[in-house]
Amino acid sequence: MLRTLSPIKLSDDEADGFGSTPPPKRVKIEKDFEENEKSSNKRLKDVEIYVPIVYGTMAFWLGRKASESQSHKWTVYVRGATNEDLGVVIKRVVFQLHPSFSNPLRVVDSPPFELSECGWGEFEIAISIYFHSDGCNKQLSLFHHLKLYSEDESGPVSTKKPVVVESYDEIVFPDPSEVFFARVQNHPAVIVPKLPSTFGLLPVPVEHVNEGKKGDTKDNFLSQWFMNFSDEDELLKLATARQQVQYYIGKLRRQLSD
Amino acid sequence: MDAKDILGLPKTPLPLPQEKKSRPQKDSQRKPDGISREVYALTGGLAPLMPSIDVAQQKRRAQVENEKITWQWLSFTNSARKDNLQLYHWVRVVNGVPPIGDYSFAKYNKSVDILKYTDEEYEKYLIDPMWTKNETDQLFDLCERFDLRFVVIADRFQSSRTVEELKDRYYSVSRNILIARASSPGDVSGHPIVKEPYNVSQEIERKRALSMVLSQTKHQERKDAEVLAEAKRISESRIAARSAEESELPDTSNAGAEGTERAIVPADTASPSSSLQFASGNVAHPTSMAENASVTASLRMLRVYMRTYALEQMVQAASSSAGLRTIKRVEQTLQDLGVNLKPKVPTKAVCAEHLELRKEILTLLNLQKQLQYKEAEGSSYREGSYAETPSTPKHLQRGVDQDRAFPDPLSFGGERVGKRDQKRKAPGRLSEAPSSPAQSNKRPRKLKASDG
Repeated sequence: MLRTLSPIKLSDDEADGFGSTPPPKRVKIEKDFEENEKSSNKRLKDVEIYVPIVYGTMAFWLGRKASESQSHKWTVYVRGATNEDLGVVIKRVVFQLHPSFSNPLRVVDSPPFELSECGWGEFEIAISIYFHSDGCNKQLSLFHHLKLYSEDESGPVSTKKPVVVESYDEIVFPDPSEVFFARVQNHPAVIVPKLPSTFGLLPVPVEHVNEGKKGDTKDNFLSQWFMNFSDEDELLKLATARQQVQYYIGKLRRQLSD
Repeated sequence: MDAKDILGLPKTPLPLPQEKKSRPQKDSQRKPDGISREVYALTGGLAPLMPSIDVAQQKRRAQVENEKITWQWLSFTNSARKDNLQLYHWVRVVNGVPPIGDYSFAKYNKSVDILKYTDEEYEKYLIDPMWTKNETDQLFDLCERFDLRFVVIADRFQSSRTVEELKDRYYSVSRNILIARASSPGDVSGHPIVKEPYNVSQEIERKRALSMVLSQTKHQERKDAEVLAEAKRISESRIAARSAEESELPDTSNAGAEGTERAIVPADTASPSSSLQFASGNVAHPTSMAENASVTASLRMLRVYMRTYALEQMVQAASSSAGLRTIKRVEQTLQDLGVNLKPKVPTKAVCAEHLELRKEILTLLNLQKQLQYKEAEGSSYREGSYAETPSTPKHLQRGVDQDRAFPDPLSFGGERVGKRDQKRKAPGRLSEAPSSPAQSNKRPRKLKASDG
């Protein structure tokens, strides 16, 4: 599913068009960047920080208001697994829609990283995630298949209940730069290992990175439909399976040594 | 006119749209000019894959209008014959002028130009202790008579000579004459007979090899394919393991194995089992650490990646030494265990567990093979010819192989397996598993029989 995509040609770079980022903030980021330059080569070896994310789509049938070309209103999004604000790590998300949409390349420059559209058809959405420069200069690409029509045909189609398809994944930063680590280490969206105190990195206050709770998807209208991802079930299943396999391995070993 | 008219039924209240619909259809189905009705009917009205209209024919038809064509029963001579035999055939006569020129099939009577040598030339260039002049003369006569069909010539030749001997004599004589007659060697160096001299020993060897291959039994063939596939797998896994090792720690412990591996590849087809006994199934494990490390290193280079991507890479590396077949079996086992092939919530812990489980299943499958091999070995006459160690799984017993990791079919749904496996018979895999049709607990007996 995942591969590093050749960089999508962004006709509009940060400078033009997308006025959602207020200019003062941009200056701040640039200042950060300059500071980072000095120590950006300094990396924390064998440290791994990661960001649990969920990406997917949610589609509402429009019911009476549905027309032939616009039967559903849907939203594609990248969110924190526990609905935390991802803005601390992600700078920009580009959604590539079906070419039949006008402007199929949609850029979202600030959290929440979501995009709503109306349409009638299902298709594959390419999602490119760009990070703040202290994290990584490369982008990641994900693919998600937009689902409008539920496979479960038990209940009647409702305008109230959306069709939700989500995938859990984790963005992993191996050997992060010290600056990045310091900046994100106390953010709830980011999971960092406990470092021995010898590193002596002072956490940078988080608040300056993103003003307010703007990107937090907790208050989002859609959030009531978000799925909860827990690995407990899966871990349990895996543990049982491993036990079983190990039992048979032991049995076979005994048979072989006879 | 439609079916309703014929049947005398009243028209439906919607005659207009019907008419509209049917008309364009008829248009599109009209037979194009220049193609016979019968041929067109065969296409079923679909566009033919190949051009069905001969353009040349259409052009000629245009001319036909001012030509008067008659067919006449005329005699003809054939320049390919020397006996002036007169035969008759129908000839297309345009405007009363019969066609002139040679009989149109005469050109197909090809004959070979065979060099002739004089007695003097023979004395000078062509003496060969193995051949008398009489024999050589006879050979050249027959060559001319039978147009170099050496099999026929060998049949008619008085003294018994092999086809290769005859060919050798003929081509060497021709070659010597050509060179002798040429004013300089450069003149004839491009001549095929001079350029590519007949190589007797190579021809004999070629035919021997060919007849050997052709006279092989199906059984031998299968065994050969098995050995080759096995050897390929071993060398591939060795290469993978070695490159992983080299990138990590320079290790020379493989040197011994390397030598033996080379000996395996051309292994004697008659007894593959004895030469292949240390097959590489377990290679996955000793090297898995190295493989993991190299994957981790390449992931680090990415600076950022998704957890699922990392898992995919790890899984791939862990099963790099296993064949496609084994990988399928691992996945089948995962399904039997009720584990997702791809984790739904791929947290770090889940991915690590998932990877470990896969590795353990690989170990389990290898152990099963060993056990099967051991059992097969115990029942065979080859007892005690080599030592059995737990770390040397054997892959040759494909016949008694089972696709299931677990011997107990009750604990997991055992019905689906057979069908799934049958699907797997992709052409690309023929060489890898020549005896691979479905294995399930249901039909081991039949398999053994078909495997011979």
